[in-house]
Amino acid sequence: MIRARGVARRFGDKRALEPVDFDLEPHGFLVVTGPNGSGKTTLLRLCAGLLVPTAGELSVDIERAQVGYLAHEPLVYRELTAIENLDLYGRLYRVPERRERIGMLLERFGLWEVRNERTGAYSRGMLQRLALCRTLLHDPQLLILDEPANALDAEGEELLERELAELRRGQTLLVASHAPERLERFATGRLALA
Amino acid sequence: MRRYLADAGALARKDLLLELRARDTLPAMLLFVVAVLVVFHFALPGNASARASLGLLWVAILFTALLGLGRAFVAEREQGVLDGLVLAPSDRSAIWIGKVVATLAFLVAAELVALPAFALFFTSIDASTIAGVALADIGICAVGTVLAAMAAAGRARELLLPLLFLPLAIPIVVGGVGSSLAASSGKYLGFLALYDAIFALVAWASFEYVVTE
Repeated sequence: MIRARGVARRFGDKRALEPVDFDLEPHGFLVVTGPNGSGKTTLLRLCAGLLVPTAGELSVDIERAQVGYLAHEPLVYRELTAIENLDLYGRLYRVPERRERIGMLLERFGLWEVRNERTGAYSRGMLQRLALCRTLLHDPQLLILDEPANALDAEGEELLERELAELRRGQTLLVASHAPERLERFATGRLALA
Repeated sequence: MRRYLADAGALARKDLLLELRARDTLPAMLLFVVAVLVVFHFALPGNASARASLGLLWVAILFTALLGLGRAFVAEREQGVLDGLVLAPSDRSAIWIGKVVATLAFLVAAELVALPAFALFFTSIDASTIAGVALADIGICAVGTVLAAMAAAGRARELLLPLLFLPLAIPIVVGGVGSSLAASSGKYLGFLALYDAIFALVAWASFEYVVTE
């Protein structure tokens, strides 16, 4: 599904990602590790199509509608409620039975009670849960997750692990983490960035 | 086509809802345009001609629009949401249409206050001036939105937007002032309509390249 050969990225004079090679087959689970500044986020943004490489060849063999991208930022409007944010994305992704799907995800991620509150009032952990709802809303085939456990409490981390175990069965996952120990049991491959 | 318009409609509705909640842009535009007209009222000599005062009306409209355009992508920039919109499978130009519609709504709302205030302070406004303002609004918002998206990605965005926008707005001022003052305003209105058609097409086609690499 993803094939990278010598993929690198520079921002002006700054090298954000050293050349990397990897393959991610359908239904694979690739964990990207590395210290801060090693280029994990840059690599994920390249695979999501938000950046283009400055060197190398990158092929992502899937439609844009089938990619779910969890970024550092939750990518939601703080003046809108959880329902309104997900409804907007649901419309843009043409999610069938949108309201039922949104309700099910909010319930699953423990946000149903606060669904009508503006997300500006959410804690960082709640925003991360909402970001996970947004990422999974359109049932994407390829999931690109940047530090998915970021800001989650213990309960949230357990919830995430259960989700990953479920997703692992049908989806392809590319996950960046600086603490990959909890992801190891799902992984089919590991890419360590220096 | 229906899906495309539905996407643009959903995005425009979202921008209007954001403004309804945050009230960041429209009150500032209203206060600004009234303040500018009051300042012009005292700055112009008592016996100033209609030509001078109508010229100032167009300056006020342009700078009020600039204020609104400067805030068009604030939510996307500060909350990083543009990535989410760009990744959605809808045509990226739908984001532009949604922003144009919302900015146009704010500008028209500001003008609903500004034009009567202008008539009160200076001179009456005829139908050709109103037609000129309507056509100019479309051009201002079409061009300004794509430039606002470009500026939002840069560092000196507050400086960049006026530098990019004002030169491209000169034909709008020429057409607008001409439609207000010329005996045969038709050719100026035609000029504004042509500007709108050409620049809206260019802005629509180029928006995808502005918001992606």
